[in-house]
Amino acid sequence: MNRITAIALGAIATLALGACELAPKVTSQNGYRGTGGDTVQLKKVAMAKDEVPAPPYDAPSTEGPRAKETYQNVQVLGDESAEQLSYTMAAITQWVSPEQGCNYCHNPANMASDELYTKVVARRMLQMTRNINHNWQSHVAQTGVTCWTCHRGQPVPTNHWTMPTDAPKGIIGNRHGQDNPVAASAYSSLPEASLALYLTGDPKKDQNIRVQSTDMHPSSVNKTSIMSTENSYAVMAHTSQALGVNCTFCHNTQSFQSWSISTPQRAKAWYGIRMVRDTNGQYISSLAGVFPANRKGPLGDPFKVSCATCHQGKNKPMGGYKMAKDYHALWGDPGMAPVPAAMPTAGPAPMPAATTQPVAVAAPAKTAKAG
Amino acid sequence: MALLSFERKYRVRGGTLIGGDLFDFWVGPFYVGFFGVVTAIFASLGTALIFYAASQGPTWNPWLISIAPPDLKYGLALAPLKEGGFWQVITICALISFVSWALREVEICRKLGMGYHVPFAFGMAIFAYFTLVVIRPVLLGAWHFGFPYGIFSHLDWVSNTGYQYLHFHYNPAHMLAVSFFFTTTLALALHGALVLSAVNPPEGGEVKTPEYEDTFFRDLIGYSVGTLGIHRVGLLLALNAGFWSAVCIVISGPLWTKGWPEWWTWWLNLPIWS
Repeated sequence: MNRITAIALGAIATLALGACELAPKVTSQNGYRGTGGDTVQLKKVAMAKDEVPAPPYDAPSTEGPRAKETYQNVQVLGDESAEQLSYTMAAITQWVSPEQGCNYCHNPANMASDELYTKVVARRMLQMTRNINHNWQSHVAQTGVTCWTCHRGQPVPTNHWTMPTDAPKGIIGNRHGQDNPVAASAYSSLPEASLALYLTGDPKKDQNIRVQSTDMHPSSVNKTSIMSTENSYAVMAHTSQALGVNCTFCHNTQSFQSWSISTPQRAKAWYGIRMVRDTNGQYISSLAGVFPANRKGPLGDPFKVSCATCHQGKNKPMGGYKMAKDYHALWGDPGMAPVPAAMPTAGPAPMPAATTQPVAVAAPAKTAKAG
Repeated sequence: MALLSFERKYRVRGGTLIGGDLFDFWVGPFYVGFFGVVTAIFASLGTALIFYAASQGPTWNPWLISIAPPDLKYGLALAPLKEGGFWQVITICALISFVSWALREVEICRKLGMGYHVPFAFGMAIFAYFTLVVIRPVLLGAWHFGFPYGIFSHLDWVSNTGYQYLHFHYNPAHMLAVSFFFTTTLALALHGALVLSAVNPPEGGEVKTPEYEDTFFRDLIGYSVGTLGIHRVGLLLALNAGFWSAVCIVISGPLWTKGWPEWWTWWLNLPIWS
């Protein structure tokens, strides 16, 4: 009997610890001491360095003949120098199709031809990259993005998503869009289609993620509900996981909606979410007719971006390495792309002066409100 | 003050853990003892320090006073008094006075010749506190991870610390702890209702014996744990509530760093169906 008990206890202990992370941890402080705004990460996760490819060769001059004068059918990068165009093309090959090479997008017999769909997509993606670097410095700052930020040497970025299919009719197998542990809801029972709800749609129409009741009682004006908070919770869980952080990186959970006790990172994220909506809405969805079926979801929409597409578990992609600075062509005028919507008045304007250190969570003694 | 029937037995000399006859006396109905004196000293010192630390803070609003642990940079070292040092000293005072109070309870148990159930139960509460302010901070490498001493601020800490793991309700030990807390209150409600209904008969009726109580529960759920047994059940439930509370926080960080919902992927990834 004692032996059986010992074996049972041993098995339980092994199983319990087997589901734990015993490796060394690193910690960081996100807020004022005692507020509980902290991050605990596995050392190997926190210290993991993302690979960043070196430029294909020393960046050439931006002077000299323009690309559009030298080559045919250069619609986006035409104002760059011809040398810069070759340099950018060499880098893109390394970033997006290192195995497939130039011919992944180009017909080697006629480089100017648009016959391969990948070339049409790449052109739109260049406009998208310029739009992000040009119009979304509120999120990407001077660091900017390159194709590598998402692609990492793959023709299709690892982290993408598509619109969810309708639930089956009736009650059999109908989970009503939730109770399905997927990465997009951080493996919780929360709604799994929150990305579709918040990260698509007309980017000119602002859509707040926060659900904040403005009144004590439900009314025809006040339609906020607990149900809608679940979508909000799910997309926030996605954001946390994508950045390798937790809720307290941006929020003091005493009041999620209050800007005055949030960290400066929340404003960055506010713009980031709108940048993702702009990217999906203006650039990716418009390629639905270009992509073949194996590059689209079950509803025929192209693979879309989320926070995870760039961040890949880092609160700054590639540890904040300023990779885009070496590529003049990625910073140009986005051209035909519409300028993103102006920030609405409900935005994070009253943020305290942003500091580089995430220490803006105020002392609770100053901010707590009775009742 | 009149002596109760058991007071003579209560006032038994000896049974002390250390110090022989030192402080082995009563003040009114209250046993003092060596550990009573230690408790009094450190509880007073700790309370005085709380007031002094509060006087150095921005508010006297009792809801908002907060004495916070040090910044992360101090690690497991001592911090300057106004930057978490007060928290450290107050924590030491609290632990000494809590443990001394438990040892005073042990001495009383020894004097009365009874089991150590009461100090053991109080010990579980001390263990939960010790886990929060010592074990987990040591495992994470900094006193910073203790909770602040303030009415609202410690609630904010609980909230923020829970949200560090995205959704704390998915923490398996938290599930157990919550279940035990609720079951404790359910058991107490059932027990209290049963006792009150047994000892409050209708006008002219007689107080009911335990036989009636047993019969009621045998009718209701097919089993009665009995008059002694219900107290054992209550103790078991309460001890487990405190124990699993300590477990649920000590595994958050030291043994798990991601969102708690993700922890359950071990189940999804079992080789049986994955």
